[in-house]
Amino acid sequence: MRLGLEKRDYRSKRMVVLVPIISLLISFILGALVLALVKANPIQTYSAMIRGAFGSQTRTQYTIAKAIPMLLCGLAVGVAFRLKFWNIGAEGQYVSGVIGITWVMQFWTFVPDALLLAVGMLVGILFGALWGGIPGVLKAQWGVDETLTTLMMNYIIIGYAEYLYITAWKAPRGNMGTILYPEAAWLPRIWGRVHAGIYFALILVVILWFVLYKTRWGFELNMIGKNQRAARCQGVSIRKNIILAMLLSGGIAGLAGVIDSAAITHQLTKGVNSGYGFTGIIVAWMSGLNPFASIIVALIMAALETGSDALQILRLPSAMGEVMQGLILIPLLAGSVFTDYKLVVHTKHKEATA
Amino acid sequence: MSDINTDGNPVVRMVNITKHFPGVLANDQVNLTLHRGEILALLGENGAGKSTLMNMLVGLYRPDSGEIFVKEKHVEIHSPQDSMALGIGMIHQEFMLVGNMTVAENIILGMKDLPFVPPMAEIKAKITELSKRYGLQVYPDKVIQDLSVGEQQRVEILKLLYRGADILILDEPTAVLTPKESRDLNEILKKMLAEGKSAIFITHKMDEVMEFSHTVQVLRRGKSVSSCPTKTIKKVQDLANMMVGRDILFSLERGPYNPGEIMVETKDVTVYPIGGGKPVLDSVSLSIRGGEILGIAGVAGNGQQQLTEALTGLLKVDSGSIFLNGKDMTNKTPLQIIKNGVSHIPADRGRMGVVGDMSVGDNLSMKKYRTEELSSHSIIKRGWVRKFADHLIEVFTIKTPSQDTRVKFLSGGNIQKTILAREIDSCGGILIAVYPSRGLDVGATEAVRQNLIKQRDKGNAVLLVSEELEELMMVADRIAVMFEGRIMDTVDAKNASIENLGMLMAGVQGGQV
Repeated sequence: MRLGLEKRDYRSKRMVVLVPIISLLISFILGALVLALVKANPIQTYSAMIRGAFGSQTRTQYTIAKAIPMLLCGLAVGVAFRLKFWNIGAEGQYVSGVIGITWVMQFWTFVPDALLLAVGMLVGILFGALWGGIPGVLKAQWGVDETLTTLMMNYIIIGYAEYLYITAWKAPRGNMGTILYPEAAWLPRIWGRVHAGIYFALILVVILWFVLYKTRWGFELNMIGKNQRAARCQGVSIRKNIILAMLLSGGIAGLAGVIDSAAITHQLTKGVNSGYGFTGIIVAWMSGLNPFASIIVALIMAALETGSDALQILRLPSAMGEVMQGLILIPLLAGSVFTDYKLVVHTKHKEATA
Repeated sequence: MSDINTDGNPVVRMVNITKHFPGVLANDQVNLTLHRGEILALLGENGAGKSTLMNMLVGLYRPDSGEIFVKEKHVEIHSPQDSMALGIGMIHQEFMLVGNMTVAENIILGMKDLPFVPPMAEIKAKITELSKRYGLQVYPDKVIQDLSVGEQQRVEILKLLYRGADILILDEPTAVLTPKESRDLNEILKKMLAEGKSAIFITHKMDEVMEFSHTVQVLRRGKSVSSCPTKTIKKVQDLANMMVGRDILFSLERGPYNPGEIMVETKDVTVYPIGGGKPVLDSVSLSIRGGEILGIAGVAGNGQQQLTEALTGLLKVDSGSIFLNGKDMTNKTPLQIIKNGVSHIPADRGRMGVVGDMSVGDNLSMKKYRTEELSSHSIIKRGWVRKFADHLIEVFTIKTPSQDTRVKFLSGGNIQKTILAREIDSCGGILIAVYPSRGLDVGATEAVRQNLIKQRDKGNAVLLVSEELEELMMVADRIAVMFEGRIMDTVDAKNASIENLGMLMAGVQGGQV
């Protein structure tokens, strides 16, 4: 018996759905192997993780609160990925957004309190858009490789943020972190730790779905992503669209940062580079760049993080969640081959080579 | 071609081969026999099932039913490795070479029984020996990307010979070759036959069948309709009829030549290559009137591609000016030029003409999606797009399971019809067609040419770039010949002779013999 791959004539819709689900299951099996290595009981560990993520109202609220920025970051990189622009800089664009809103909160004292949150969010989004726009312009004008620029720019902005919260913008008390935003400008909580940012995220899901699937611009992005030369022949401007998409991508990542700081941390401080930007890459990829699917994936990713915090009770490192996140990507990438190919089994075994 | 030098032993026998694809019966009870020392031409239109049949012989597909015998042994071929072990090798239309590696490295690439550090000196010596024996001039140390297409093809042939193949399958080998390179290929094949090798030759060019093959087998819609010695074919017309199943119009209907206003005009258009050097377009001045087809003749690579790219805004010009539909369109963006009524059938249909991973319907709407007809306030009207696409599929007889099928699964002819439909439907007076019938079968070629003429008869200006002089003389009203970026001369198609055009293409001024 031999196995072989045969190309499908149509992209399999069933596989588009099945592959991420099966990948998730396989990654849990792989995770169980890792757990077995450190002599932990996988079933016990997983049930502890599930309880840690959804075991009580508070835990569930924590998980949802974490899922919000992950979802937004997933949407952000998804826009760029559509053009095959590999934006791995959502982390930096997120931090840039936090710097933007903090700047407004700290120094724009002329803004009335009622407007402070709105202005701060806007400036933060613009900061994120700027930080995403720079690699976009570099790529569009001079063809500079975006994986390098977006990755490197993460470290620049993270370093700058450290300088700000340790030195330049440090609050008089304590040894790091800016002073807290005025309470009037906090993003309201709606259910425990779950905050109004969830509305922004969910509305954005609908808007992006509409823009990407129903509008001329979405059609153009699709064309560019799938065949840049043909798109250009059809009069679609590659440069303009790369820059626009990166402004949008960076802006959404910036929004993620703005929302999280306005609702949770209320300051720029250590931990601002939370890794949401990188988790967003997994979210985008697993959801197949579909905004609605991103909601579920972001929730799973968040649950892995909050769930693994509970592992310390079992004397296991909380890094287990990160291990799981990483493990999901491997079967997912390997499995994506099945959307375009099908497995065929050659049962008749005969000597093929004479 | 000379008589078969064969001992009459079949080296390949395919018996009652049937292969289904979803919605298509690609091969229906096909039989094929190839003898030692024989060249068999497999003739058929695009989508007739030629490539499918051969892909089963090299293990890329598996037959649903039927049997394959190689050298009288019943075999099951699961993979190209299996077929290679049987001595069968195929040269695909798209070469499988790594551009930045040398000839020798490419030839041994993927071979399994090599030592960890391959003995390059030995390998190169063997390559040189093989290339001498068969007249395949190739230098083992040259890097692939520095080779011409003809040389790359020779590397592909060497690759198979090096691995000991004695049955070669060539998929439209001459589609990318110049006439001289084609003649060389013919010589190479003859030498290989003399050594007892055999070849199957996929083609849809009938003159090549007559020139190259001993036996010709014709496939039509997945069925084998004829197999006979090439000698017994009296007229090329007979082959064409077998292939298409009806009489082909070798002359095209056209209205009287009635040129109108000048619609396309270039004045001294000059383009330098990046990094400087000899201009790729050198003071090109030409004009096309409405109701007129201007043909551009020339050996590929003499500036035709750059000329059409400058006209469509894909390439910036360094000096000179371009007027389209009466407006100065020099160095305007592709979009501005499209909006000024210019349609473009690009040279590389797969890479520039369509987005293979999008549906037929999407591809058909790629010019008109921005118009009021298919969208309003930047939102695409999906329902209208579907109606629009179905309409074009019907009018241009595009063969596709549905408009949702991804374009890359269509045959070459139907991909070209998709492009043709989109560009002609949205045409606002000027149509630029670059090698539009390249690689197409008789039926599709006829459709392309007839459509170009229809545009002319409607009063549009058509620019047709072609490598085939017969096509230009049949379709164009005037023919401009390009050589090294310049227009050598422009002649009336009626008074043109192949000899005269040939001289101009070779760069001989005046051209009048």
